[in-house]
Amino acid sequence: MDMMKKVPVREQEPLVRAKNFDEVCLGYNEEEAVAEAQRCLNCKNPRCMQGCPVNIDIPAFISEVKNREFAKAAGVIAQSSALPAVCGRVCPQETQCEGVCVRGVKGEAVAIGKLERFVADWARENNVVAEFKPEKKGQKVAVIGAGPAGLTCAGDLAKLGYDVKIFEALHEAGGVLVYGIPEFRLPKDAVVKAEVENVKKLGVEIETDCIIGKSVSIDELIDEEGYDAVFIGSGAGLPMFMHIPGETASGVFSANEFLTRNNLMKAFRDDYDTPIHCGKKVVVVGGGNVAMDAARTALRLGADVHIVYRRSEKELPARAEEVHHAKEEGIIFDLLQNPVEILVDDNGWVRGCKVIKMELGEPDASGRRRPVEIPGSEYEIECDTLIMALGTSPNPLISSTTKGLDTNRKGCIIADEQYGQTSREGVFAGGDAVSGAATVILAMGAGKAAAKGIDEYLTKKREA
Amino acid sequence: MYRILKKRKLAEKIFLMEVEAPRIAKKCLPGEFLIVRIDREGERVPLTICDYDREKGTVTIVFQVVGASTYRMQFLEEGGCFADVVGPLGRPSELTEKTPEELKKMNILFVAGGVGTAPVYPQVKWLKEQGVSADVVQGSKNKDLVILEDEMRAVCGEHLFITTDDGSYGFHGMVTAKIEDLVKNEGRKYDLCVVIGPMIMMKFAAKLTKELGIPTIASMNPVMVDGTGMCGACRLMVGGQVKFACVDGPEFDAHEIDFDQAMKRSRMYQTEEGRAYLKAQEGDTHHGGCGNCGGEA
Repeated sequence: MDMMKKVPVREQEPLVRAKNFDEVCLGYNEEEAVAEAQRCLNCKNPRCMQGCPVNIDIPAFISEVKNREFAKAAGVIAQSSALPAVCGRVCPQETQCEGVCVRGVKGEAVAIGKLERFVADWARENNVVAEFKPEKKGQKVAVIGAGPAGLTCAGDLAKLGYDVKIFEALHEAGGVLVYGIPEFRLPKDAVVKAEVENVKKLGVEIETDCIIGKSVSIDELIDEEGYDAVFIGSGAGLPMFMHIPGETASGVFSANEFLTRNNLMKAFRDDYDTPIHCGKKVVVVGGGNVAMDAARTALRLGADVHIVYRRSEKELPARAEEVHHAKEEGIIFDLLQNPVEILVDDNGWVRGCKVIKMELGEPDASGRRRPVEIPGSEYEIECDTLIMALGTSPNPLISSTTKGLDTNRKGCIIADEQYGQTSREGVFAGGDAVSGAATVILAMGAGKAAAKGIDEYLTKKREA
Repeated sequence: MYRILKKRKLAEKIFLMEVEAPRIAKKCLPGEFLIVRIDREGERVPLTICDYDREKGTVTIVFQVVGASTYRMQFLEEGGCFADVVGPLGRPSELTEKTPEELKKMNILFVAGGVGTAPVYPQVKWLKEQGVSADVVQGSKNKDLVILEDEMRAVCGEHLFITTDDGSYGFHGMVTAKIEDLVKNEGRKYDLCVVIGPMIMMKFAAKLTKELGIPTIASMNPVMVDGTGMCGACRLMVGGQVKFACVDGPEFDAHEIDFDQAMKRSRMYQTEEGRAYLKAQEGDTHHGGCGNCGGEA
């Protein structure tokens, strides 16, 4: 075995998986996991841990895998993370734990993500659940949103002995894990539901179908329902559009709509009522993970798919693995071009889009080179479905209905970085609602930080 | 689970249900809507709140069988349950922001078309509770499709004008003919018109009220999924700007709405929905031919 290289992970063949919604990556088996764990150097000063937003004791859990003590490995991870099977699948490890792994200096980093996934899957399949029996604190915390931030915050607070209830606007818990990320990347029943159940086993209650700001307000939760503290993890749910002509034509969707129909409402399955429209030729605008998810979903529904992105391949914000998978499956990347108009037929349906070619100029505020239009380079692309995957922003429902809750110019809730404290006493926030659209693991990190902040706040309140 | 306490068939394919939903019943106002989901496989169906009882913790909905999920909903009985009822959604009617004194000075005309009668009813009822009476033109295709007549009459008395397209009941003609009759022949003056019904009817009613110089509000019910601003399926053009019906509406200035485009968008899922509807109807006897299931016709 070449210790410089990762143990390869088995995947469905690209041309097979392009026609189904089953998981692409098959994960390690026990032998592969143990072999990969041998590559860990068990550094005295583990940089990987600092690279992890929820500070999992990575060398410790990998050591347990080396010894085939998989249940113990699961116990180590459970100390820090409520959603290991999710994180092992969707974290951008290459820029976090694996990005700073010492093994990566001369060869390939240890496959920490794949090992985490293996341990979490093994624990689930063998019904190993970490037990926490904390002393009850007798204080109630309301958590808004059952996505990665909310589930993490709720899980941590329950482990500390608080009574926690999560309020979820949709009919199912999971947030972006159920409506956004597709089945082929993150199985819903096997993985997401199981991890949500684990959070419930910690004593967390979840009320679905409850929209904070409409069904009940934060002030009512505090004044009438007796909550001692609130965590807002309501995400960034509002889709952005380009504001170009033709955008309200039939056949033009936000990635949110396209993915929600398919993932949450399971439109790809015959036994569900919700319809989805996916034409023969689909253009997806954008270059992030959501664009990849939308493109690969459309491909699986039988379309030829082009991704149109205004910068070059180097600037694609999506994870390298997602871009690689998309290409393998046959998605075409039209880089350095940008739509300027959506072309509409007589029945109001999209029939194509006019795009303009771009070149890269000086770096902008994000440090990436700014794309600049090349005058006169417009041409038409034919398509019968167009999906906008340009990013999302926080929903104003909560900030506009909560007295004294400050937001910034972009509508993001202002909260301190260390503990998520907002401008309202006893109200904390974290995840995309604060940062704008980011990743699952950063939201989890923020949920974790806020749980610490809430514990500190409620401890003071108790002792006062 | 959300229990159904009352079910009534109002007309062919039109049903009323009173459902337990305490959080919504406590907070909702006229003009807002909710979303129901019959079961795990069901669609999220947006419906305007037709009535509410704050003490009992119930809301009343009225729906017409149009797709696969509403087809299955018609078979729910009293004592049965919806898997989900969520709301209230959207913004309440602007009328709810006015004081009773302001309202009493206004002459308001409601125009209801078909199932649109259901969402008009709570607004008229609410006004009556504020001591304000309004005129209501309630149109339908024929006598059999007139719904909630007694309820409506109870809140607006002789101010109710029923019209049928075929003349089988009430005034013979479309709602637009009755509006013209009230304004031109009877000399009634209105400061505001609220029109709720099929999009084509709202389009022509709005065209007429523009000519008559009456400010008009229409309540839009486009295709939507989540109802909280997340999917953007419900976007429409109002005054040249993109609006989301779920969070910016559902009520908008009718003279500014691009109805033609909204109608085209509302037909977007027609084929897919038609197939699902056919399957729901045929159940286990579904033999294909829908073009979707791979079976032969």
